[in-house]
Amino acid sequence: MTDQTPQDTAAPSGAAFPSDTASATDTMVAEQPAPSREGTPLLRLTEMQKYFPQFRQTLVRRPDNPVKAVDGISFDLYPGETIGLVGESGCGKSTAGRTMLRLLDPTGGTIEFQGKDITTVKGDHLRKLRREMQMVFQDPYGSLNPRQTVGSIIAAPFEIQRIKPDGGTRKAVQELMARVGLNPEHYNRYPHEFSGGQRQRIGVARAIALRPQLIVCDEPVSALDVSIQAQVINLLEDIQDELGLAYVFIAHDLSVVRHISDRVVVMYLGKVMEEAERDTLYEHPQHPYTHALLSAVPTPDPARAAKKDRILLTGDLPSPQNPPSGCVFRTRCPKAQDRCAAEIPLPVEITPGHRVACHFPEERQVI
Amino acid sequence: MTTPTSTTTSTTTTAERAPVAAGGHAAYLSLRDVKVHFPTDDGLVKAVDGLSFDLERGKTIGIVGESGSGKSVTSQAILGLHRRTRAQTSGSIILDGEDLMTIKDERLRQLRGSKMAMVFQDPLSALHPYYTVGSQIVEGIRVHHHDMSKSVAKKRAIEMLGRVGIPNPARRADQYPHEFSGGMRQRAMIAMALANDPSLLIADEPTTALDVTVQAQILDLMRDLQREFGSAIIMITHDLGVVAEMADDILVMYGGKAVEHGPVNEVFYKPEHPYAWGLLSSMPRLDRARKSRLDPIPGNPPSLINVPSGCAFHPRCTFRDQVPGKTCSTVVPELLESSPQHLVRCHLTPAQRTDLFESDIKPRL
Ligand SMILES: Nc1ncnc2c1ncn2[C@@H]1O[C@H](COP(=O)(O)OP(=O)(O)OP(=O)(O)O)[C@@H](O)[C@H]1O
Ligand SMILES: Nc1ncnc2c1ncn2[C@@H]1O[C@H](COP(=O)(O)OP(=O)(O)O)[C@@H](O)[C@H]1O
Ligand code: SF4
Ligand code: SF4
Ligand SMILES: [Mg+2]
Ligand SMILES: [Mg+2]
Repeated sequence: MTDQTPQDTAAPSGAAFPSDTASATDTMVAEQPAPSREGTPLLRLTEMQKYFPQFRQTLVRRPDNPVKAVDGISFDLYPGETIGLVGESGCGKSTAGRTMLRLLDPTGGTIEFQGKDITTVKGDHLRKLRREMQMVFQDPYGSLNPRQTVGSIIAAPFEIQRIKPDGGTRKAVQELMARVGLNPEHYNRYPHEFSGGQRQRIGVARAIALRPQLIVCDEPVSALDVSIQAQVINLLEDIQDELGLAYVFIAHDLSVVRHISDRVVVMYLGKVMEEAERDTLYEHPQHPYTHALLSAVPTPDPARAAKKDRILLTGDLPSPQNPPSGCVFRTRCPKAQDRCAAEIPLPVEITPGHRVACHFPEERQVI
Repeated sequence: MTTPTSTTTSTTTTAERAPVAAGGHAAYLSLRDVKVHFPTDDGLVKAVDGLSFDLERGKTIGIVGESGSGKSVTSQAILGLHRRTRAQTSGSIILDGEDLMTIKDERLRQLRGSKMAMVFQDPLSALHPYYTVGSQIVEGIRVHHHDMSKSVAKKRAIEMLGRVGIPNPARRADQYPHEFSGGMRQRAMIAMALANDPSLLIADEPTTALDVTVQAQILDLMRDLQREFGSAIIMITHDLGVVAEMADDILVMYGGKAVEHGPVNEVFYKPEHPYAWGLLSSMPRLDRARKSRLDPIPGNPPSLINVPSGCAFHPRCTFRDQVPGKTCSTVVPELLESSPQHLVRCHLTPAQRTDLFESDIKPRL
């Protein structure tokens, strides 16, 4: 059925774009070293907040506590770098992603892009900025207009930005399609004629059309089967190397985030709990929430799984409308003490580049 | 070799035999050559095409495979949920001596919710929005225990909500599903499913929509309840981590058929089917050194209307050239025993598979 129609990658040799095949050369590709974290960051968030106002519908509409979806997050992203943003559903990852791209107006804090404060830019400035910052969404079904052809979906950024690519839009779009492993002859097909993985490639082609500096990928592979997930992850990595892009990669799958990220930011209830270089975060996590998250990942190895000692969290995520006092994690934290309710733990740099927001940080091996 | 577990009905099972329950006695649940085909305008969808397996009480079988491989249709067939559709079915599904394929609708309804229960991926599909969670569990109990008073059933419902880790169960029982978080709804559905001590629990992607932290709680709960009630569990998932943690046996499905089936340690440590190899090597994993690059399975899952000829996996298989001639694209491989209790559907010889796994696959995992 739909899965089969544009079978552009059915045969390993027939793929327009070799990176999605498990060819022997794949393993030969040397991994790029992590980009340098010196000079001006591409993106700098300082205490960025996004609140959603709420109202109580009584006789008169009265303001209620706002939903504090993002409540003061800070990090620096350097050119060519990937920062993974992880945390449970509802912790504010997507809201943070949309706010840093100025798709939502921040409630507080600042956003700097290439050294310039873009927290409040508007109009033409903002439109120009959009060339540099793009987004890829989770849902390969919902994020593409079903009535538009693939060609016009991928061409949309050129039109919005009133850009005429060399050789014409059609040629540019077909090159993009080939680049992401789609058959350029399928230019006039509609999204429903493509499989989930292929639709995600369409989203990637659209995002890279204007050669942006930054792409926020919001759960780009979560809806895909494992085998297809790996194809799309490899594609994102190849494109990054080729275009020198930086990614903010939002996901709840900690294994995928470890694979793709240079740095990882762990969020809980709108705040950053821990931030570190990838290997440091996975091998030397210090925050009790990071410990719980990592230890909850099922291990695809029966013997290890049987031996693993899991940190089981009790209870559910509190409402971001009424977050707990002090440390927001304290209602579920196995280590919580009186001080945790009284005092907000500020992020402390434990070793260079490793920040932890906890009164009682402690290294623990959990994987 | 076993004798087919035929009892009430004449199950003429000539097809493949599932691994034998230890000791060789009849299993609690036994599927033989089950087929579920749906006629559609586009052609016949062979959603499940000849599936056999055995499951004992107190044990868990994990069914894994890509989306559209026939996992959910298998579980629906066991519950008889395909009966209202235009599905064409054959084969036998023997649960504790009764063939679920041929019993009367009335009897099937009795079994559903008592002897067998189901947990779905989406708890909202199982919970009615207009009734409190407690009253729905009470209803589920009283359908099968007509003589139980409402208050006794309510006590039982609250007890079950407490068992699945819902705080304040007495108060929560009077709330509506929309007042529960996603993880709590999932737990409420499990409470409902377990309220009548089912001896067979079918869990179809029970934790896919949940965060890892909540998933860990739910899996823990299912293990506890299995230990206590000795239920047999069918765990359908696409997450190999979840099966490794939960299952005793694994059945890997591809294109409506089992391609590999055996004890969990066999399938994880000595996988023999190229599709299983692909699944294991395409996923990033935390328990291994980080790879610089993932090894995806090329191409897309097959359409079940136009299943590729020969081995359904052949368009994506990088080992098909190692089988002489055009066998892989012309001859459907049979599911054959490779070592005791370990069944594989592939034209490569067992020796070839072992060598390929050791030399090509294992070093890359
Ligand atoms: N009532 C029906 N009529 C026609 N086709 C059906 C019906 N139910 C299921 N199918 C088809 O049967 C095949 C297997 O479906 P099934 O839901 O079992 O897949 P699955 O492995 O559970 O996939 P997923 O992981 O996406 O849920 C699919 O091609 C599906 O479209
Ligand atoms: N438009 C909105 N109005 C009110 N609350 C919202 C809105 N958008 C998001 N939220 C809330 O903000 C919180 C964070 O949401 P989101 O960023 O989407 O989480 P995630 O992507 O991590 O799942 C959630 O509690 C969510 O319900
Ligand atoms: S500050 Fe206290 S409650 Fe918060 S994570 Fe640290 S120990 Fe736990
Ligand atoms: S039968 Fe052939 S195509 Fe199918 S899995 Fe085995 S080697 Fe690959
Ligand atoms: Mg989100
Ligand atoms: Mg399913």
